[in-house]
Amino acid sequence: MKILVCISKAPDTTSRIAFTDNNTKFDENGVQYIVNPYDEWYALVKGIELKETLGGNVTTITVGGSDNEPIIRKALAIGADDAVRVDLETGDSFVVASQIAAYAKDQGFDLILCGKETINYNSSLVGGMVAEMLNMPYLSLATSLTMEGSTAVIEREVQGGVEVLEVTGPFVLSAAKGLAEQRIPNMRGIMAARTKPLNVIAAISVDQTAEIVSYTLPAPKGACKYVDADHPEELIRLLHEDAKVI
Amino acid sequence: MRTDLYQGHDYYLMDEWLTEEHKLIRDTARAWIKKEVSPIIEEAFEQGKFPKHLIKGLAEIGGFGPYIPEQYGGAGLDQISYGLLMQELERCDSGLRSTSSVQSSLVMYPIWKYGTEEQRMKYLPKLAAGEFVGCFGLTEPDHGSNPGGMITNFKDMGDHYLLNGAKMWISNAPFADIAVVWAKDETGRIHGLVVERGMEGFTTPTMTGKWSLRASDTGELIFDNVKVPKENLLPGRSGLGAPLSCLDSARYGIAWGAIGAALDCYDVALRYAKERQQFGRPIAAFQLQQKKLAEMITEITKAQLLTYRLGQLRNDGRATSAQISMAKRNNVDMAIHIAREARQILGGMGIINEYPIMRHMMNLESVITYEGTHDIHLLITGMDITGENAFS
Ligand SMILES: Cc1cc2nc3c(=O)[nH]c(=O)nc-3n(C[C@H](O)[C@H](O)[C@H](O)COP(=O)(O)OP(=O)(O)OC[C@H]3O[C@@H](n4cnc5c(N)ncnc54)[C@H](O)[C@@H]3O)c2cc1C
Repeated sequence: MKILVCISKAPDTTSRIAFTDNNTKFDENGVQYIVNPYDEWYALVKGIELKETLGGNVTTITVGGSDNEPIIRKALAIGADDAVRVDLETGDSFVVASQIAAYAKDQGFDLILCGKETINYNSSLVGGMVAEMLNMPYLSLATSLTMEGSTAVIEREVQGGVEVLEVTGPFVLSAAKGLAEQRIPNMRGIMAARTKPLNVIAAISVDQTAEIVSYTLPAPKGACKYVDADHPEELIRLLHEDAKVI
Repeated sequence: MRTDLYQGHDYYLMDEWLTEEHKLIRDTARAWIKKEVSPIIEEAFEQGKFPKHLIKGLAEIGGFGPYIPEQYGGAGLDQISYGLLMQELERCDSGLRSTSSVQSSLVMYPIWKYGTEEQRMKYLPKLAAGEFVGCFGLTEPDHGSNPGGMITNFKDMGDHYLLNGAKMWISNAPFADIAVVWAKDETGRIHGLVVERGMEGFTTPTMTGKWSLRASDTGELIFDNVKVPKENLLPGRSGLGAPLSCLDSARYGIAWGAIGAALDCYDVALRYAKERQQFGRPIAAFQLQQKKLAEMITEITKAQLLTYRLGQLRNDGRATSAQISMAKRNNVDMAIHIAREARQILGGMGIINEYPIMRHMMNLESVITYEGTHDIHLLITGMDITGENAFS
């Protein structure tokens, strides 16, 4: 199987979130980046698992500047065979998807995997857009993927149950928690990653369709109130009189 | 134990001196520890047993001989990488780090440096992969700080050596497959011999009753007329300098490791101080607690700078034994003080095994004693700067 996995960076979950330029830019000062967990733990590992059982090749693609190379090396250390970086500093989901589609269109991938969302922007847009641009089926939020011959069987969690889908031919899939189990790279992998190819390609020219107007931080979390388990009536009173939700 | 929320602390932005690969190696070790070791380390410590099932994982993250060349199964990494690995391991537990540094610096290092090509090929790949565990026998019941006085000895019997004597306080001894043993020949000169489990007359009783380094197994090595094949002698170097050069490598790793233990204590205490409320405020808001925390990060930062520089010198092959002594002594002492202060910040909670601080504190009592005691390292610095020997 020829597999493409979309990898992007995301701020470490312990990062302090702040904005600059009148709340229009994310303040990157002191922020540590990690591989977006949905890309790394589920999409990438699923790709590697499929390659290990069925043979083939796993390529990663990242749209971004050279500051993405540490996360790309990590993906290679975990087990991707080679990587592509589309050299482009910024862009909205449409621009990113256009770059991935432009690269993938004549490469003959059987499967394009991405995470269900990045943990910073949570837009869940790129996978669907790539599928549309390549005229491929899009299966979102997959929690299981198995290949039965040329047919892929996909499970997704829906309200109150599990939906099972089948697809044949090349498709795009977004990975949700459960699709695979996180793998920690090992020293052999880290050593092998040194010499795996990382190809930097030029971006195509596409216009942004969306612009970020401003960011705001969520309101600080309120203090937590403990209610004695022996007095549920107190909980009811608080919900009714203080929180006014019931 | 609680969920391991550990985060590194890098007050002087020293990560900028690390390569991307250094950071990947460190983060990998940290992720492995959080997944595989943190959930079980308190129990292992309580039971007084090294968790042997971790050996394979330790090998996979590069915990055995990371700087040994690739042709012998190592990872061919630099000394900073080795240091970072030791730091992450000891951040979790000094016993875990001990197992790794004994194997790397005290077993693999002498075989690599002083062994024949056959010995290297026979032992190093298996040690790197964790298929073999090794130990290092230098200390004897009556010769600790003064290993040159050892009485363990071997006689040339023509087609083999006959080894007699006993070693004590030997990390990994109870389950080691091989032991690098330092013993005197008939002329009184010290040599290294590889003794294999199963050789007749060789036993490794476990030492019990430790209040420290409980998650690392410690034992004796007893040699009762053990016939050691001649090809098991390490021919490359003899004299006390041979084992001492291994100790240089291990002590260098301890200098990094101690920073890890200190970082963990600081990290736990800082988080606790911000969350714990007394008199209507977080205890982190009181000057007395801030003094403790501020002094901790200051001392950690100084140790980080000292140790990084030592790593550069070691990469260049220029670090002296005395420089290594200074870092080992300073950093372990720094860590032990931080453990004690951090414990106080947690009040009563500080003595409970839900938090790692008491375990670190108890472990560090071994670390400040083994691989040269705190006093002995001072004497080394003293001799280095004055030219006067105050040992004997
Ligand atoms: C948990 C643990 C694991 C160990 N693992 C190993 C191992 O794997 N392999 C191994 O070979 N050894 C190992 N050791 C042994 C360790 O290296 C020795 O304990 C150490 O060298 C000190 O020796 P000693 O205990 O005999 O103390 P001693 O040498 O008896 O020292 C007692 C005290 O006297 C002081 N002292 C001694 N000489 C002088 C002097 N000239 N001037 C001033 N003060 C002096 C010391 O500083 C110390 O405070 C281990 C020890 C421990 C506790």
